[in-house]
Amino acid sequence: MLFFSRWKAISVLVTAILACLFAVPNFFPDRMVQRWPGWAQRHIVLGLDLQGGSHLLLEVDSNAVRKEKVQALLDDVRRVLREARIGYTGLVARGDSVEVRIREGADPQVALAKLRELSQPLGGVLGGGGQRTVNIADLAGGLIRLTLTQAAITERIRQSVDQSIQIVERRVNELGTVEPTIQREGIDRILVQVPGLQDPTRLKEILGKTAKLTFRLVDMSMSPEQALQGQPPPDSEILKDRNGVPYVIQKRVMVSGEELTDAQPGFDQRTSEPIVSFRFNSAGARRFAQVTQENVGRPFAIVLDNEVISAPVIREPILGGSGQISGSFTVEGANDLAILLRAGALPAPLTIIEERTVGPGLGQDSIQKGKIAAAVGSVLVVVFMLATYGLFGFFANVAVAVNVAMIFGLLSLLNATLTLPGIAGIVLTVGIAVDSNVLIYERIREEVRSGRSPISAIDAGFTRALATILDSNITTFIAAAVLFFIGTGAVRGFAVTLGIGILTTVFTAFTLTRLIVASWVRWRRPQLVPI
Amino acid sequence: MQSETNLRHLRIVPDDTKFDFMRFRRVSFPISAMLSIVAILLYFHPGLNLGIDFRGGTLIEVQQKSGPADLAKMRSTLNQLNLGDVQLQQFGGPENVLIRISEQPGGETAQQEAVAKVKGALGDSVEYRRVEVVGPRVSGELLSYGTIGIMLAIGGILLYLWFRFEWQFALGAMIANVHDLVLTIGFMSLTQIDFDLTSIAALLTILGYSLNDTVVIYDRIREMLRRYKKLSMPDLLNISINATLSRSIITHVTVTLSLLALLLFGGQAIHSFTATMMFGVVLVGTYTSVFIASPILIYLGVGTARRESEEAEQAEKPKQVKQPKEAQVRKPAREPRPVARH
Repeated sequence: MLFFSRWKAISVLVTAILACLFAVPNFFPDRMVQRWPGWAQRHIVLGLDLQGGSHLLLEVDSNAVRKEKVQALLDDVRRVLREARIGYTGLVARGDSVEVRIREGADPQVALAKLRELSQPLGGVLGGGGQRTVNIADLAGGLIRLTLTQAAITERIRQSVDQSIQIVERRVNELGTVEPTIQREGIDRILVQVPGLQDPTRLKEILGKTAKLTFRLVDMSMSPEQALQGQPPPDSEILKDRNGVPYVIQKRVMVSGEELTDAQPGFDQRTSEPIVSFRFNSAGARRFAQVTQENVGRPFAIVLDNEVISAPVIREPILGGSGQISGSFTVEGANDLAILLRAGALPAPLTIIEERTVGPGLGQDSIQKGKIAAAVGSVLVVVFMLATYGLFGFFANVAVAVNVAMIFGLLSLLNATLTLPGIAGIVLTVGIAVDSNVLIYERIREEVRSGRSPISAIDAGFTRALATILDSNITTFIAAAVLFFIGTGAVRGFAVTLGIGILTTVFTAFTLTRLIVASWVRWRRPQLVPI
Repeated sequence: MQSETNLRHLRIVPDDTKFDFMRFRRVSFPISAMLSIVAILLYFHPGLNLGIDFRGGTLIEVQQKSGPADLAKMRSTLNQLNLGDVQLQQFGGPENVLIRISEQPGGETAQQEAVAKVKGALGDSVEYRRVEVVGPRVSGELLSYGTIGIMLAIGGILLYLWFRFEWQFALGAMIANVHDLVLTIGFMSLTQIDFDLTSIAALLTILGYSLNDTVVIYDRIREMLRRYKKLSMPDLLNISINATLSRSIITHVTVTLSLLALLLFGGQAIHSFTATMMFGVVLVGTYTSVFIASPILIYLGVGTARRESEEAEQAEKPKQVKQPKEAQVRKPAREPRPVARH
């Protein structure tokens, strides 16, 4: 156990030094590190609890996605039957299904055949395993039920989340934040982490808006007061503006925000009010021109997420494909609306289901306290080990110091996130790393007592203790691994440092401590074991 | 010079300690059983003080910008908001206040509205150091993930020990460590420490470390079982525990020193985490390995073949029936690696 070939000794030292070297970039300012070669730039990322920032977990409203999908199916059924000139009576949505009753005299079989065209194989021709998007059932009496398959809905939700992630990314980036992380969590969730963001109110506002922009005509056949008292016309609905003023707006969308190519905040030249100016793509511009031409003198409502922003009267046809929205905005309001319009509408509303924000003050305090605790803990352990084992205690302290440096090196190599519980994990590792040395030294003491010569006692001590060290560390490692897989954020940070700490502890016990002691034995040829 | 240093070294446990630990098993088992029952009762009443991670709701840490915070005034301001149960607590310094708001009825968005209301009411006189909002769906999931996590860890470790030792050892370690967890949960119920995600981390770490301790003693017991074929089981366990006692104590001193540093200087944010660890690892873990995990092996049947084989030896004829059992208990699963000579 005490013999090291030259090569083995060198490779142990090189591994340890390399691992420690990876920790170096952490001690230099970012600006300097950025000029280093790429492989040397890896460094530990401070968790949001240490550097401050916002963590938002968003959920895509899958019910809205489901409803929208059912509505689309309903529209398709109507279109297909109309095109085929098949008469029908009831057409209703029920849960995930659409039911339609074919009028007497029409052939239900023809209708069925036409409607079957609506059901497509899922995932194109290749994938999907024969799954289709819609199940069609022929109920008695001309009643046909079309049900969306679960697979089709799941697929749609998946697409919505993908789309939402892109849009969230665009919106967050527009805020000018530094290194935001946006990633999918589970099936229908999006995790947004923005380091350094102190007050997420604006971010939450921007993410909380679906931003569906529509241009629709105001229904002049009824005044809002009449509509509120009775029923609005069947093709119209009552929408309010920010101040609660009601409007009767046609349901039919003339032009939608999808046709926008650009939106910029600005100021009105005459009133110097904040405005948002926008530009349509060619299809949108044509449509916009046509509508404004046909409806000069009528109010044209601009609706965002079912709220009327403004309803100006069309004075003259707008042919250039660009226009401006003024709606008594604040400067920031105009800015946010422009961001939302540029980034595009979310396919479904997002709900914030978890928020964790740490201000920079608390983060700084935590780093400070973590440093003090680490320093005090280390000093206590070092002094205790020196008092207990003398020279061998010194060896142990060297091993533990290298151990901690290696933890930092490996964390940097993995670009891992260091959290406050993570610091606790490192401090604990110091206490535990010492344990491997204690196991070895106590075993050596025992072997000495049982009458072995010093060298043979040291040798036997290592051999017997190492098996124990392996066993005991693997059990802790299992706990750390489980913690890593179930934990999020700060807790995962703890699992990472604990797990890496165990690996480096086993490494130093098996190689470095042994190498130090072996070199010392070769050098001094001790007659007595000084522990 | 070497002998000089030798004398100066600290020896916490004298070299020839022969403490009769096994005698205490008649005391330690009933005591542990009683404490476990008390812990379970505490778990039901008053129960764990579940934090927002598992109960949902909002936690806001604010720091008064000038001077100490006026808790009473803040409380009356917040009570006017009709947010249900609002708790205020001094947190760390006199200017720091922790505000807890119970989960608002009305789903996920209602929680966000509550935060906006509090911010509106407190205004700019305070700095918002931390805002955590956990909606009803997430809190439910976190609770089930936490529970599943602990179960998984216990299962994984059980499998590993079964693979490395005999099944009695795996079972003994498990009983001992579930006992640790139960007592720790009792402790958390009694002290009403916040039970949040970091508490799950603490529980898993306690599980890992107290097993670590148990495994060290079990390793020694296994070695002794191979080496001394005739020793009676209580004697063998006593020798094993005494042999590892010095290591156990020194290691626990170092772990205690690290934890103490964290407890005293690590700040409020990890206070409940370190306090739980201190209790679980230092107080319970050590006791369990010595007084529960080791003697339980006797009850689980390790070494029964040994006593009988002793009798058999006296009778000069080992019974055929006992043979397989003995072989099972003393299966030389993994011999220690041969000592490399140099």
